[in-house]
Amino acid sequence: MTDTKKPISRRVFTGSLAAGAALLSMPAVLRTAAAQTGKEPLKIGVLLPKSGVQAGLGQACQRGADVAQAVLNDLNYGVKIELLNADTESNVDTARTQAEKLINGGAAVLTGAFDSGQSAAIAQVAEQRGVPYVINIAADPKITEQGYKFVFRNFPTAPMLITGAFDLQKQLFAATGKTPKTAVLMSVNDAFGTAMMGGIKAMFPRFDMPYQIVDVIAYDPKAKDLSVEVAKAKATKADILMPVSRLNDAILLVQEMVKQRWEPMGIVNPGAPGMYEQQFFKTLGKYSEFCVSNVPWLNPRSKMTPVLAKRFKEKFPNDLLELNVGFTFEAILIAADAYKRTKSAHPNALVEALRGTKIDDHVMVGGPIQFDQKHQNVNIKSAAVQNLKRQPTVVLPADSASAKPVFPMPGWNAKARA
Amino acid sequence: MDFAFDLLQTMIKGLLTGMVYSLMALGLTVIFGVMRVVNFAHGEMMVVAMYLTVFAFGVLGIDPVVALIPVAGILFLFGYGLQRIVINRFINVPEHMQFILMLAIAIILVNACLMLAGPDAQGVQLDYSLDSFEIGSLLLDKVRVYAAAGSLLIAFTLFLFFSRTRTGKAIRAAADNYTGALVVGLDVKRLYAITFGIGAACVGAAGVLTVMIVQVQPFLSVEYTLLAFTIVIIGGLGSLRGAIAGGLLIGLSEAVAGFLLDPSLKSVFSFGLLILVLLVRPQGLFGRAP
Repeated sequence: MTDTKKPISRRVFTGSLAAGAALLSMPAVLRTAAAQTGKEPLKIGVLLPKSGVQAGLGQACQRGADVAQAVLNDLNYGVKIELLNADTESNVDTARTQAEKLINGGAAVLTGAFDSGQSAAIAQVAEQRGVPYVINIAADPKITEQGYKFVFRNFPTAPMLITGAFDLQKQLFAATGKTPKTAVLMSVNDAFGTAMMGGIKAMFPRFDMPYQIVDVIAYDPKAKDLSVEVAKAKATKADILMPVSRLNDAILLVQEMVKQRWEPMGIVNPGAPGMYEQQFFKTLGKYSEFCVSNVPWLNPRSKMTPVLAKRFKEKFPNDLLELNVGFTFEAILIAADAYKRTKSAHPNALVEALRGTKIDDHVMVGGPIQFDQKHQNVNIKSAAVQNLKRQPTVVLPADSASAKPVFPMPGWNAKARA
Repeated sequence: MDFAFDLLQTMIKGLLTGMVYSLMALGLTVIFGVMRVVNFAHGEMMVVAMYLTVFAFGVLGIDPVVALIPVAGILFLFGYGLQRIVINRFINVPEHMQFILMLAIAIILVNACLMLAGPDAQGVQLDYSLDSFEIGSLLLDKVRVYAAAGSLLIAFTLFLFFSRTRTGKAIRAAADNYTGALVVGLDVKRLYAITFGIGAACVGAAGVLTVMIVQVQPFLSVEYTLLAFTIVIIGGLGSLRGAIAGGLLIGLSEAVAGFLLDPSLKSVFSFGLLILVLLVRPQGLFGRAP
């Protein structure tokens, strides 16, 4: 038998080797971009704390991502997405590692991560690797003050949250005719809490609020017992409690207040999670009632909200449609919208498209989704959401309200809570 | 007047929490005092007991107060078996080998919890979780009072066991003079296994009582191991009285520091106390100088 194959020449061998090496050394994101031309699904890396201390919140966010494709289909967006999900375990270092993993796995865009510390870590990775990152929830203003090219945020910064909250508090006092004279601020001491405490201290004098903040009590977000913290807050005899909380600690706070029989005029948060989440209602039952959260909320008047609500109810009939779902869905929407316009998953093309984002109809309260020069959406507004009949209900501003606010809140064992 | 009252209430709460800390530390100090084995898997054993309680409550509907004896019993058997099968072979080896062994056991336990129960916090939601006892104007939350009372009872039983029973006295004899105990014919291996079992049962009971107050997750174990070590070092390694005093001192200092200064400083205060004791009285408050 004769071997008719030509031997591989040194030139061919060297050329092939160089081409192979070039392909292998090309960043994963560019390989993905090369493969994506607008017809392929957009690979979105979703980084959320689905275990650990923020597990409940991360899982709520994930539901927003999980319904996104169905909602986009209903809206005839014509974009296919593929979610690459990762758990940050409520840990900054894990968030960083998982972001790297998702990029290596071909994610063209990242989103997440609910928490400021974790989002800041992911932002660094996104910037270093040159992959667009759309933050769903994180309020620390520093993230968008760094001049990052690839990082976009569709969530209010701490000063935006505080401004909205103070304004809504004044509306609450005016609407109910009851004005507290003193308040105590209790806050987690993580990146978000520290930003909020700093912002409140700095901005409070400018707002001419009718009450004085008599004490600021910081605590560990992983705290397992808040009895001392609540005892200290109770000792101030403040008229209202303003908690800057997460979910688990918000539950612990109310439980301790019940045990210590501390019944202030109200629990009115200045723009923080914890009190409108499903787990809060499930765990606390009647004690979850009448807490007020001043936060961005779903806009019932938007055309897109009912579409999201319908798909959400189909997929998660036992879960609550709240802001974690809304903002995570919007993050996916923003990425999909950019991909639809640019028809490319190349990072630079996507970043350019993200800069030009203008989505008039979306699910959260506020103006069009648009990013300023720092890539921050400044059009988001807050609403006063009060827990009424085990549902977070918009009570202010009056033109978006579906119920009247109740303030002062009834006592822990009042019939109104039954 | 109000301030003094609030402070008093906080101090009582700190002492109640401290009593549970003491029970947890008793287990550690018993094992070290008798066997000279430093149990780095102490917090992990506590977390295992907490999960058993959550399981008993969630699946079988057993109240933690009722689950106290069976869970402590399970932990006793676990500790007894672990000592007989594994640790006994490491009694006379260099200490660093014991450390590695106990760390390995700790890692296995925490990962087993992670695999079986997942990483999320779990707890027991009792009917009386949010109730308080009212004594005059003082408010004491029920679960904390029950937990402290349970700890006190178990600690008292442990003292009686070591001072009044033949087995308890034999364990103390083996702790004081290993060779002497062998010479007079004591079954030291069995006594060591009972001791490890008792230590595990103590920390198991502490776990049952603690899960009434806080939710459990696997990585909580590291914090509890650290806390138990802090308490026994302050009280004096191997001293039962020291473990009780150390636990109460830590519980009280955390509460008072949190109330008077800043709650974020609670841990700083505990470790500050530890450093102070190490500087002034390295053997601990009730420990014997070498």
